[in-house]
Amino acid sequence: METKSISRRDLLKSTGVLIVGFSFFGTASRVLAQGEGLSVDGMDPTVLDSWMAISKDGTVTVFTGKVELGTGVVTALAQIVAEELDVSFKKVYMDSGDTDKAVDQGVTAAARTVERGGVQLRQASAAARQELLKLASARLDSPVDMLTVTDGVVSVVGSPSKKIAYGDLLGGKRFNIRITAAGVGWDMKVAPEVPAKNPKDYKIVGKSIPRVDLPEKFTGEFVYSQDTSVPGMLHGRVVRPATSLSAPASVDESSIQNIPGVVKVVREGTFVGVVAETEWAAIQAARALKVTWAEPTLKMMSGPSEVFDYLKNTKSFKDLVVTNKGNPDAALSQAQKKYEATYYWPFQLHGMMGPPCALADVRGDKATIWTGTQGPFRTRDSIAKMLNIPPKNVHLLYREGSGSYGRLETDDVAEDAALMSRAVGKPVRVQWMRQDEHAWDPKGPAQLTTVRAGVDAQGNVIAWDFQDRSFPWSESEANPMLASTQIGLKPSGPGFLNGAGGGGQIYTFENQKVVASDIPWVQQGQWPLRTSNLRAPGDLARVFASESTIDEIASDLHVDPVQFRLRYLTSDKRVSDILVATAKKAGWTDHQAPAPPSTGDKASGRGVAVANRANTMTAAVAEIEVDKSTGDVTVKKITLGHDCGLIVNPDGLKNQIEGNVLQAVSRALLEEVKFDSTGQKNLDWNSYPVIRFEQIPDVEIVLIDRPEMQPLGGGEPSIVPVTAAIANAIFDATGVRLRQVPFTPQRVLSALKA
Amino acid sequence: MARISLNVNGKSRVVDADPSSPLLYVLRDSLSLHGPRFGCGLGQCGACTVLVDGATMRSCMHKVSEVQNKSITTLEGLGSAAHPHPIQAAFVEEQAAQCGYCMNGMVMGAKFLLDKNPQPTVAEIKKSMNMFICRCGTHLRIIRAIQRVSNSSVKA
Repeated sequence: METKSISRRDLLKSTGVLIVGFSFFGTASRVLAQGEGLSVDGMDPTVLDSWMAISKDGTVTVFTGKVELGTGVVTALAQIVAEELDVSFKKVYMDSGDTDKAVDQGVTAAARTVERGGVQLRQASAAARQELLKLASARLDSPVDMLTVTDGVVSVVGSPSKKIAYGDLLGGKRFNIRITAAGVGWDMKVAPEVPAKNPKDYKIVGKSIPRVDLPEKFTGEFVYSQDTSVPGMLHGRVVRPATSLSAPASVDESSIQNIPGVVKVVREGTFVGVVAETEWAAIQAARALKVTWAEPTLKMMSGPSEVFDYLKNTKSFKDLVVTNKGNPDAALSQAQKKYEATYYWPFQLHGMMGPPCALADVRGDKATIWTGTQGPFRTRDSIAKMLNIPPKNVHLLYREGSGSYGRLETDDVAEDAALMSRAVGKPVRVQWMRQDEHAWDPKGPAQLTTVRAGVDAQGNVIAWDFQDRSFPWSESEANPMLASTQIGLKPSGPGFLNGAGGGGQIYTFENQKVVASDIPWVQQGQWPLRTSNLRAPGDLARVFASESTIDEIASDLHVDPVQFRLRYLTSDKRVSDILVATAKKAGWTDHQAPAPPSTGDKASGRGVAVANRANTMTAAVAEIEVDKSTGDVTVKKITLGHDCGLIVNPDGLKNQIEGNVLQAVSRALLEEVKFDSTGQKNLDWNSYPVIRFEQIPDVEIVLIDRPEMQPLGGGEPSIVPVTAAIANAIFDATGVRLRQVPFTPQRVLSALKA
Repeated sequence: MARISLNVNGKSRVVDADPSSPLLYVLRDSLSLHGPRFGCGLGQCGACTVLVDGATMRSCMHKVSEVQNKSITTLEGLGSAAHPHPIQAAFVEEQAAQCGYCMNGMVMGAKFLLDKNPQPTVAEIKKSMNMFICRCGTHLRIIRAIQRVSNSSVKA
């Protein structure tokens, strides 16, 4: 598989079969597109040629709206295509995230890329294979059911000399057939009626094929969005207030007159940016530009406790009832033992290693944008709206940025670049600085979760009442991005719910209620802190609360926490299977928490948790050590079990799991956005620490492969159970239950003293 | 702006640059060496690391004028995808990255470590690499890649 980009026209040229007559239609990349089906929604998914093209040498070029975010998912998608078409992996060439060439398959997010996008590509490939066999049948004068395909060569069973290659059947020509496609984005069902290959016959799916993008990432040859350039390009930097959106009261342009190379100070609405000839001049000018910011109309809250009080006391505007059966209140009133606790989760950062970067070239009513958005089509549309031009006049080309862990379509820097390019009439490259990224990263929202549970005299859980309260995502499809907001576009909705998984619905309880509530955070079209989806949104906090509660009950009833869970994990055998397999791999032996008190300062413990994220089942066993004199928690080892149905690429999946586990430990022990009424306080890596080499645990992985199932997501589910497993292990070690993340030494010490 | 002579990856290069510019932007924008990356501009993350006379340097923190008479090695100076340095080959073998944005620092940090200490223990690897941030969480694979080099007979 290769990844460099070519136009549809180049593709045909390279085969020597240029389709004449199309040069009439504008830019090269739109040649085929204009011929068939380019609409505002991208290429027409009912045209097979929208999905792929086969050149004379047999190379298969796949046009996909899905993008590589550093998870290896484009390699996995290429495996799926190669498998279904029966071509070798290296013949598949992925052209990804170009809004003039791809079908809009929805954003690359929510662990839906292999699960949904992979199935779309599989079915399109199955339809292509079917058509190729039909063509071969005519050419070889043999019925289709007598044909077989090996490495892109069709031959007649029993007469191997009768054969023809895909490239010779179709090379350089269009399929010119229609397939079925219903629905939009990742929910689109593509050619579901076409039979796909039996997974028993898989030769490429299920193999640990090395990622195609990695070799160049170790040598500096890989082209990230940060490396994209065009001739005559200028450099821009944004100038924003410390945190809250406030208007510039005055901008003193004379403050940067001594910096050579400054081209323009761009002001529009409350947006301020500088454009310069060199990157260093732009950075200096952005730092030196004297801007007086008006007092913001909205104050930050004074700190986390005010946020949690606000979450607790403010009326929700939406309550998503996930489960509601029986009568938990009545059952609680009859319970022999009652449990009630509240759990606290802070605002956390995505913390991209590389601040986002985009290059924009806006000329008249047309724009070309190169950037690393998770949603090429949505970012294209938002830029079109901001520039007040039709979406089809914006050509967005995806270029990978650094790992983003769920920023959705909030690719604000592309809008910044577009505004600045429009202002100077030249291409402008904009990269955010570190403090821009820390301050304006739309955070994973704070959450306040309350669990009430009741147990009868026989030790059965008879009541479960779970209430999660969180802020919605300010950055979601309803709402404009940052620069759009600054030039006056108003939010059209209150934002999007911060997920609802992980509230204990995995268990079967007689009287059970699980509710996820949205608390309004928006005031006057402004948000004290921007928010968006952070990897497995909201599930970490909910699973922390629900799995801590389960553990508390098990301990109270003197039952082993694994065995106790299994009593109620009766709705889906995949959950109990993954828990049992993980416990076994971790060498779990029947025991009651907490462990007998340690004599010295160091206390060891182990804890378990289980989760279902988008139908991927995970379980974690944490082994930790607490230094009771300092409050330091050391995570020694995490054993992580994972069942995502059919596994496409085992090593790629393990890489994702290892990363999720380490990020989870980082979020559990270290990460919290700090602020007071004057603004956010941690704007660099020293004040917002993330996990480093000397803090990492060992990670052991248990994979359950289910070839009979569809592939499910692997990019984020394994982050979910880890926090709860660590909290339960701390309880095992110390007898103290922590209910607020992160588990800092101060919190551990104060809990130990309480 | 001034004409500045640099010795980069064994070659003399002359650039027209602001002497006060951090080395990073000169490498990236004037010499198109994109191995070193902007991560924080504060010397905290390590994504911009280069070797100067064999020692790691955060190129976002040092003026280009400081390194005029020194030997600068960037990631590109080690090898290419077609002809990788043994450390780069080991990172590929271990599939030791996800997004890869931090990998410049990781490979350069590994080079510095292995030049000093060809057989580091895991604890020594962790200590030496502790100043480099990876947000994707590929630390375990990076450690395995460094061990792979130190266990092989190939000189790093």
